[in-house]
Amino acid sequence: MNIPAELKYTKSHEWLKAEADGSYAIGLTDYAQKQLGDIVFINLPAEGDTVTAGEAMADVESVKAVSDVFSPVTGTIAAVNEDLMDEPQQMNQAPYDAWIAKIGDVTATEELLSAKEYETFCSSAKE
Amino acid sequence: MKLLFERSRPGRGMEYLPACNTPPAEFAPGQLRNAPPRLPELSEVDLDRHYTELGKQTHGVNDGFYPLGSCTMKYNPRVNEALAALPGFSELHPLQPAETVQGALEVLYRTEKLLCEITGMTGMTMQPAAGAHGEYTGLLLIRRYHQSRGDMARTKIIVPDSAHGTNPASAAMAGFTVVSVPSNAQGGVDLDALREAVGPDTAGLMLTNPNTLGLFDPNILEITRIVHEAGGLCYYDGANLNAVMGHARPGNMGFDCVHVNLHKTFSTPHGGGGPGSGPVGCKAFLEQFLPEPRVRCVDGEYRFFTPKHSLGRVRSFYGNFAVVVRALAYILSLGRGGIPEAAENAVLNANYLMNRLAGHYDMACGHSSCMHEFVIDLSRLKAETGVTAMDVAKRLLDFGIHPPTMYFPLIVHEALMVEPTETESPETLDKAAELFLQIWQEAHDDPELLHTAPHTTPIGRPDEVAAARKPVVRYSFES
Repeated sequence: MNIPAELKYTKSHEWLKAEADGSYAIGLTDYAQKQLGDIVFINLPAEGDTVTAGEAMADVESVKAVSDVFSPVTGTIAAVNEDLMDEPQQMNQAPYDAWIAKIGDVTATEELLSAKEYETFCSSAKE
Repeated sequence: MKLLFERSRPGRGMEYLPACNTPPAEFAPGQLRNAPPRLPELSEVDLDRHYTELGKQTHGVNDGFYPLGSCTMKYNPRVNEALAALPGFSELHPLQPAETVQGALEVLYRTEKLLCEITGMTGMTMQPAAGAHGEYTGLLLIRRYHQSRGDMARTKIIVPDSAHGTNPASAAMAGFTVVSVPSNAQGGVDLDALREAVGPDTAGLMLTNPNTLGLFDPNILEITRIVHEAGGLCYYDGANLNAVMGHARPGNMGFDCVHVNLHKTFSTPHGGGGPGSGPVGCKAFLEQFLPEPRVRCVDGEYRFFTPKHSLGRVRSFYGNFAVVVRALAYILSLGRGGIPEAAENAVLNANYLMNRLAGHYDMACGHSSCMHEFVIDLSRLKAETGVTAMDVAKRLLDFGIHPPTMYFPLIVHEALMVEPTETESPETLDKAAELFLQIWQEAHDDPELLHTAPHTTPIGRPDEVAAARKPVVRYSFES
């Protein structure tokens, strides 16, 4: 399983990456996309939306189910990756390049896991 | 097979309408279309054969075993159809004065009384057209209740993570925020998580019991007590009522309102054969908010009336009336003894099939008994052979069995949810068990056979991903 060491993770299987401009890029992990199967649709937030740590910020639809994407931080949506509307398969093919949104003005953060902690969390979830 | 558009030949269309004896109306320029609509033109016999051919490619409960979990695909007795087809029911106009349709009103009234008895409620509306519509109506009742008390802070609906997907969807549609509570290791509601989730913002809880793992929650009374003590109401999703009808009533479990699926529990047509019907019942304190019109009986005469603070209509007229006729026929056919017996046999059949499979297949949460349905967890089979729940489901099609519900509930990763219903014989269950075990063997001997299944159906395995990402929903005349 692919879990890049430089990223932070949530227990709801989002990854978080600190950007140079102080915002955070959010996406779904490799584990999440494998569990979901082929993603066929994403419902993106709008730029300027405020999001709350631990609450849904987007949803993705696979052939199995519709699932929420939870925001790991409280802040404001600075950018959304509209390419995913046309090519949701990017989330399956390159989950760590397929960022969903970038969140700025971050005031609070969900409990975050390191790559190592997330790997342990995923292997315990499997059993 | 060919589409109607591909079978179409110019000038071959049918015209049954008589010549019009009304002078044509005048239209202003621009109001008329420039060209006639491009409708297919076929003779009656070609049209008839087209639909007959389509019909042959479907699978209904009349064709074979249909163990679609949480959908209760029981056999629909023919007598239901005979009664619903009586001219006194089928040739009514919905705007006829009530005194000319007393029999129809009596059907609504008596069905309401019987369903109230079965669910432990005091009043019911027959309007909602299906289960999710019932959920939405029930949630509107809950909202009206809190609003009527001036309690505007109750904006959240609690839903277990094993719930039907329609529960959170209905709650969101009714304007609530959804709070998901996790299941415990046995698959029931985690009581500590529930206690943490409730508060002054709790409008209510939505729950199905037995739940989607086919488990009767042993803490059900504690669950409804926790929600009530926080000031919320409890909504019972009646999807799984077939397991308990005549034995246990949502009203006695502490629920305040409930929907029942006539098209599941009460043997009315289901799926493509619909329409559905999802009557919503409630306890006395909520009756004033029920949709209008309701039916009451005054001195032997049936009349429509509007509840005092009715939330209005949720559907035109009286709901899917002919479906209500079928459900009443079913309830009266089974009677006081037959309703609980049907539930007993539903539970017996599910346990029989589950135990025939348990030596090979893993059951979710390690359950060794169930209510009316059970969930197979294929995680181990997938890890050992690469064969997924999807592959097993597709292979069942080769043997004329409709696949179980797949990948649900979401808390089980490779889930197949099997609900045989009470109307299947031991021979059918034995045959199904043998096929399930044969497929288990095939998964180990020849997984490719399963990856490429089905092999005997009119179409093989459609590309669901392409269909979802790039759907073609319109005939292209150019190609």
